[in-house]
Amino acid sequence: MEEFNLLEVNGLKKHFPLTGGIFRRVSGTVKAVDGVNIKIKSGETFGLVGESGCGKTTLGRCILRLIEPTEGKVLFEGKSLLKLNKKELQMFRQYMQIVFQDPYSSLDPRLTVRQTISIPLKLYNIVKGNPEGKILEVIRDVGLEKEHIDRYPHEFSGGQRQRIGIARALTVNPKFIVLDEPTSALDVSVQAKILNLLKHLQDENKFTYLFISHNLEVVRYMSDRIAVMYLGKIMEIAVGEELFERQFHPYTQALLSAVPVPDPESKKKRILLTGDVPTPINPPIGCNFNPRCSRVLPICRDTEPQLREIRKDHYVACHLY
Amino acid sequence: MNDILLSIRGLKTYFYTYRGIVHAVDGVEFTINNGEVVGLVGETGCGKSCTALSIMRLIQDPGKIIGGEVIFRGRNLLEISEDEMKKIRGKEISMIFQNPTTSLNPVFKIKNQIIETIFEHQDIKKDDAAKQAVKWLEATGISSPYERIENYPHEFSSGMQQRIMIGIALSCNPSLLIADEPTTALDVTTQAQILDLLINLKKEYGMSILYITHNLGVIAEICNKVAVMYAGKIFEFADVIKIFKNPLHPYTEGLLRALPKKSKVEKLQEIPGVVPPLIDPPLGCRFYSRCDKSKEICRNAEPKMLEIEPNHFVACHIVSKSR
Repeated sequence: MEEFNLLEVNGLKKHFPLTGGIFRRVSGTVKAVDGVNIKIKSGETFGLVGESGCGKTTLGRCILRLIEPTEGKVLFEGKSLLKLNKKELQMFRQYMQIVFQDPYSSLDPRLTVRQTISIPLKLYNIVKGNPEGKILEVIRDVGLEKEHIDRYPHEFSGGQRQRIGIARALTVNPKFIVLDEPTSALDVSVQAKILNLLKHLQDENKFTYLFISHNLEVVRYMSDRIAVMYLGKIMEIAVGEELFERQFHPYTQALLSAVPVPDPESKKKRILLTGDVPTPINPPIGCNFNPRCSRVLPICRDTEPQLREIRKDHYVACHLY
Repeated sequence: MNDILLSIRGLKTYFYTYRGIVHAVDGVEFTINNGEVVGLVGETGCGKSCTALSIMRLIQDPGKIIGGEVIFRGRNLLEISEDEMKKIRGKEISMIFQNPTTSLNPVFKIKNQIIETIFEHQDIKKDDAAKQAVKWLEATGISSPYERIENYPHEFSSGMQQRIMIGIALSCNPSLLIADEPTTALDVTTQAQILDLLINLKKEYGMSILYITHNLGVIAEICNKVAVMYAGKIFEFADVIKIFKNPLHPYTEGLLRALPKKSKVEKLQEIPGVVPPLIDPPLGCRFYSRCDKSKEICRNAEPKMLEIEPNHFVACHIVSKSR
């Protein structure tokens, strides 16, 4: 497979203003995404992990411009998405789709599966004439049957709804799909089905995925490369296997050691972090992780570390290396 | 050490709804020994929480406990009066829940919320109760407990709130703590902190824990024994190592195989089909329609829990026949 960067994100920032009082004065900013650089290769699954509130979802949505970023660049096949006007953006969205976390709130309860799927078909003129064949094809691709077409979302289980959400994203033949925690609302056995489906669809259609999740085991299973995010910043990027074998950033080490292993005989040593994640309103000066880091150096408290390549394809933002 | 603390036999809790009778808990059996951590694992809606609430007798209308026994220290909790039950709840058996944010009352200082439990069960002066409350905050790892005890719940993070809940639950030295998905709403690093705290507190105070979760990783990490639940029934009950290394019930096997693998090439094993409805559940084994080993007998006769190996209980016709 030829390798080129389908998507490049440069210095992306999203700051939400905090307003209060009668004049809605700005009293501070939440730095949800604070200077993120990533490159996603065509055909790969790029995993994005982090704890709740670290900005992973905001990052995913900023890339699609579902939220307008404050600063930075998003290049999709070399074109800058942030310069597009509304109409151009709409045409671009055909190539970039998203599957949301909660299959209960991401589907319109008043629309049948047929209606949900035919909206994007009409919008982008995917099929000329009768859309029936295409609807059926998409529905079968995600493992649903013909009789499901005229049902409403409430008639489906969580796993089936997530399949509808995936079907909706597939209809427009996208190149890039953001998967925002697609299985975290589901049980293990249903999760296995959805993960298998996503992998199968990728093999068939050569999709590029941005797979966002807080579940490290799932990300490991799905992704080619993984980025670890903490407080709006990327801490480490590496090839999946390598990240799990050898992590450099103290945060990644703690995060991975915290994952419970389904093996009662494993004698893994846990690195316990003290305290909680600081608020993104007033992130620490210097390295974001310095108040909780066990190997903190004086420099960590005043200079922000940059993401550097310390081994081949292994990027770390830490002063220790 | 291995005396039975709690023994549940044939527990049945049904919900009488307009659409029919929901057999949420349908003949659950397992035991908890002194000082043990027993995991209750199963997928959403299989009746895990309902089992816990039945033990505490907290089932509300239209639910009803219609049969079975919950023997706690030789007494059947289903037969004693509500007044006697009140003396047990919070003192002998206490419970922590999934969502700490909704379990704490937002309009009271956490001091009052801890003291409330202590007052209820102990004959104690207010000052001493306050001292105890501080002690429990400290034991659950909250820094500067003297100042923090005057705070309201919203001033704590959810990990901290769960620590406070644990403090409240342990404040009367219960012999059994029921933890209903206490870390499901938390992040992995916070989850690791809470699990660590529970293990340490257990070592110190020696209570038994019934740990309810759907996360098999957490089970492997802290439990001694595991009960696997499916559609209102316990399918397998054994030592944690046996469950993970030598699962006998096809459902347990399927559940373990469905976990994401380390190797990316390997396809995840799916369990075909869906959970049967709990209104009018199927006659025979509830896993019949999804099981790849099922035979004729599984459709018509319900399998009984049998001790297949010493301390390894399985409810499956196929397994019991092959022995």
